[in-house]
Amino acid sequence: MTGLATSKAPATPRMSANYRKRHRRGVALFALFAFPNLALIGVFAYWPVLENLYLSLTRWDFIGPAPVFIGLENYVQLFTSDTFGDVLRITLIWVVVVVGVSLVLGIALASLFSMKLPGTTLVTGIVFAPHVIAGAAIAAVWLFIFDPNYGLARVFFNAVGLSSPSWITDAAWALPALLIVSIWKGVGFVSIVYLAGMQGMPSDVLEAARLDGASRWQLFRRIILPLLSPTTFFLVITQTIGAFQAFDVIAVMTGGGPASATTTLSWFIYDQAFNRSNVGYSAAAGTVMFVLLMAITILQFRFVERKVHY
Amino acid sequence: MSAPTTTSSRPRSSDVAAPPPARTKRRGRPGRLSRSWWGFLLLAAAALAFIIPLYMLVTTAFKTNAEIYAWPMRFFPSEFTWTNLRTAWEVAPFDAFIKNSVLVTLIGSVAKVILAVFTAYAFAFLPFPGKKGLFLVMLGALMVPGHVTLLVNYITIGNLGLINTYAGLILPGVASAFGTFLLRQHFMSLPPEVFEAAELDGAGHFRTLRSLVVPMSVPAIATVALVAVIDEWNSFVWPLIITNSVNMRTLPIGLMYLKANDGVTAWGVLMSGTLIVVLPMLLVFLFAQRYIVTGLTGAAAGGGR
Repeated sequence: MTGLATSKAPATPRMSANYRKRHRRGVALFALFAFPNLALIGVFAYWPVLENLYLSLTRWDFIGPAPVFIGLENYVQLFTSDTFGDVLRITLIWVVVVVGVSLVLGIALASLFSMKLPGTTLVTGIVFAPHVIAGAAIAAVWLFIFDPNYGLARVFFNAVGLSSPSWITDAAWALPALLIVSIWKGVGFVSIVYLAGMQGMPSDVLEAARLDGASRWQLFRRIILPLLSPTTFFLVITQTIGAFQAFDVIAVMTGGGPASATTTLSWFIYDQAFNRSNVGYSAAAGTVMFVLLMAITILQFRFVERKVHY
Repeated sequence: MSAPTTTSSRPRSSDVAAPPPARTKRRGRPGRLSRSWWGFLLLAAAALAFIIPLYMLVTTAFKTNAEIYAWPMRFFPSEFTWTNLRTAWEVAPFDAFIKNSVLVTLIGSVAKVILAVFTAYAFAFLPFPGKKGLFLVMLGALMVPGHVTLLVNYITIGNLGLINTYAGLILPGVASAFGTFLLRQHFMSLPPEVFEAAELDGAGHFRTLRSLVVPMSVPAIATVALVAVIDEWNSFVWPLIITNSVNMRTLPIGLMYLKANDGVTAWGVLMSGTLIVVLPMLLVFLFAQRYIVTGLTGAAAGGGR
């Protein structure tokens, strides 16, 4: 993005007619090459944000002639309803647990992988694989695993003398079930990113610490973890954004239920719009998600600027 | 493996006083592997945690009902059957699901890659007033959470009259900000001498793009393409809202349809359907793991757009 762009930049301000003609041609070609994509980005990424903001101030059911402007009514309704309070609470649990556990397990796996034991390459591939599998498919597999009568999970419960909970139909177990699936799907990716971070670390620093007699834990706590802080921040941001928008696993396994035990913000937005045709209400919830994610992104970037310089 | 002591026969390690176990494990030298038995144990445990669910998927898809609905669990099936797969095909139009998924994935990915290549070339090599600002605007799209755009995009596609069509399925997904970014960075790292030579030869931009830039960027383009293929194939929420007839559904949505129509716990049938969704991407992953890992770890920053 700096000025060292290309060999085609004019070396001097002395513009020949030939250069100007080529320049004009270049500008036209830029438009031809880039505008289709930029137009699509405008229509399908930027326009929705603005229009969603407007829709959030209206009432509409997809069918009526046009959205009716009602001011902030949707927001008032959102923030005074117990339902939405629950949605935000469940979303918070979801995001904190998924991101927190994925990062801790991910860094543990990465430490294991960085020992470079024979077979590690194979295992990293296996652990990463769920990341390329459709969430809907993973959800289907885990539905079977969580079957209280014939699922694999029952084996573990029976082993300690308990009977299996009915997981996704039990309000207390449905959310934990989804959390397990979500973490299972995402932890391999986190571990690979951490592993890349570890492999990029200056080996002389680690070697020096080792020679100074640092214990394994000290090495991890005082050297590796601080050196990995840029990776951690990257992961916290991207995983948080991903967790907020988690959808397919919820849709296939529970559909937000039982009751609303697994209704996260992302399911709520979908459900209000496409199951209940509350367009404005869904748009208002969408704006809440947009604001939350923007705030997190900005906060974390600021935090990164201050904190990452160890 | 046979040396039970940490300092074994290596002369170097003897001058470091009392080597803590950490030191020996980190290197993974064959002579010291006996000290890493717990490392192997953990590695095996990690592998099993991810293999076993997939093992359940594959075996259940071909198990007989008698063995699926048996307790204690028949972890190792003794019989093989195609019945589940056949039933899945009877319950749900998998022909249509597969056709839709393949079409949407192929057309969507090809269009996305073409758009990304041309846009990246423009940003890397062509002049335009306010180009840098435009580039930042494009990158800004990466921060827009996709889930927030669903509702309005649905309305937009509706206004275009494209609900329940391939065009409606594909169109919003082909805009490429991350791929463009990745390719632009790559294009700009290509040696400038090559372009000077091409210019002296009188090669126009189209020819430079086709016969120089693209051939020199095959790995980067492959990465963008593979990420696009995986995203399109696995895409769930957009196909769910934009299609409304069974015959227009893609495979992941078809799975939901199968689940709703095969009776509540026809696990063998559901798993055989699931296998059809999973297998192609696992194969792609198997053969192109390196590109996919670099691509996806980078794409995470951009929510797949």
